[in-house]
Amino acid sequence: MSTVIISVFGIMMITAAVYAVYTRSLLTAIISSGVISLLASIVYILLAAPDVAMTEAAIGSGLTTVVFLLALKRIHQLGGAEEEASDD
Amino acid sequence: MKIVTIIGFLLVIIGAWGMLTRKNLIRIIIGFSIIDTGIHLIIVSIGYLQGRTAPIIDSTVDKATAVLRVVDPIPSALVLTAIVIGLAITALMLTYAVRMFREKRSLYIDDYKELKW
Amino acid sequence: MIKKLFSIITIVLFMLMVLPLITGIFPFEELSPVASHYVSEGADELGAANLVTSVIVTYRGLDTLGEVTVLFIATAGVGFLLRREEDMPDFSEKPQTGAAGAASDKGPGPEKKSGMGKTPGPEKAPVVRASLRESSELLLSGSMFLFPLLVLFGAYIFIHGHLTPGGGFQGGVVIASAMLLLMLARVSLHLNHLVLSFIESLSGLAYVAIGIAGIFLAAGFLDNRILPLGDFGTLLSAGAIPVIYSLIGLKVGTELTNILITMRGEEQS
Repeated sequence: MSTVIISVFGIMMITAAVYAVYTRSLLTAIISSGVISLLASIVYILLAAPDVAMTEAAIGSGLTTVVFLLALKRIHQLGGAEEEASDD
Repeated sequence: MKIVTIIGFLLVIIGAWGMLTRKNLIRIIIGFSIIDTGIHLIIVSIGYLQGRTAPIIDSTVDKATAVLRVVDPIPSALVLTAIVIGLAITALMLTYAVRMFREKRSLYIDDYKELKW
Repeated sequence: MIKKLFSIITIVLFMLMVLPLITGIFPFEELSPVASHYVSEGADELGAANLVTSVIVTYRGLDTLGEVTVLFIATAGVGFLLRREEDMPDFSEKPQTGAAGAASDKGPGPEKKSGMGKTPGPEKAPVVRASLRESSELLLSGSMFLFPLLVLFGAYIFIHGHLTPGGGFQGGVVIASAMLLLMLARVSLHLNHLVLSFIESLSGLAYVAIGIAGIFLAAGFLDNRILPLGDFGTLLSAGAIPVIYSLIGLKVGTELTNILITMRGEEQS
């Protein structure tokens, strides 16, 4: 039973990772990497590691996303409206 | 649990692919963060033993039988340290990205080919 | 095209390198000898109910000291690199020779205008600053109400680190999120940068001092038996582990707050 749950979460994580690499807008990619960390923290609970789950939920899907968004805000303040178009 | 190891490994592959082929600087840093998450999943999945519970001694798990009922605590300790260090390194990399943008007005990594600005 | 081919070859080689880990791993049946020693002797030797805490703080205490150092270096790096643009030394300044002797790259046109000298430093693009609204009453009251509760919750997590899942790092991150809530709601409570730096440095110093006290009073560096072990499972047990974890929690919380304040930059009002 737990194998089924973990494989469902795994498929969602891999989809979010592929989406984060291939989407056009930077904001969506940042939010997707936060979603990966959130799903990983649920998997840590199922692996009987509650300390790691707390840390990953707080840092991975909280502070890392905020740090990315603050850096993006600084770049926009310096006048960077054209860097999103020149993506690969 | 083997499936979590495979999931972590796939996340590392996708993150490394993202770092190698994308040209935007922020997207390279996002790829690094995905690699980090994958590696932590691999380490915690190695320490799991089937059918056992969290390494805390309380009313359900007492001291005498703890060796037979508890998951390995060492990988959890290692990964806790690694998650916090990953955040610090990501913040430092993003600071570098902001400074590089301030000097050259471009987040496109092909513009940074020379060693001298 | 060649670059993509090289990327694909790199990824395939990496997969081949890690493949024995995936296929050769088999689930363990019992704990390794080191782990079974930590689990069976750890509760009696150190008196902490949370075994992961006893591993982090005492058995592998030197790694935690290294991690605190890495966090400190990262915070110092972020604080150094994101200084304000006016404070930075300007290496590209050509000597100002007055309005008549203009630099050679400027045409004769701008000289006829007002006699300003050259703008120093790299050319600043026009900065677009949207005017932000004042925070609404609901947001301000809600965040002022939640802020003490969040700080209390973070302090609870790191004080009870040896009894329940949690500890210094988790509590520190919760405290940093409480400060982030105040920053996002733009409450005009100016977080004093100097006070936060002072608390951070003092916590780091006290952590190393407790470690050195362990050399003289107990069996080694960062040993937690300098304080009495107490009753198992109560708050005042496990020797110096609550004290060490509280100091780590304060240090991590204030450090992450400093990173967030530095990266946010100045507040335009």
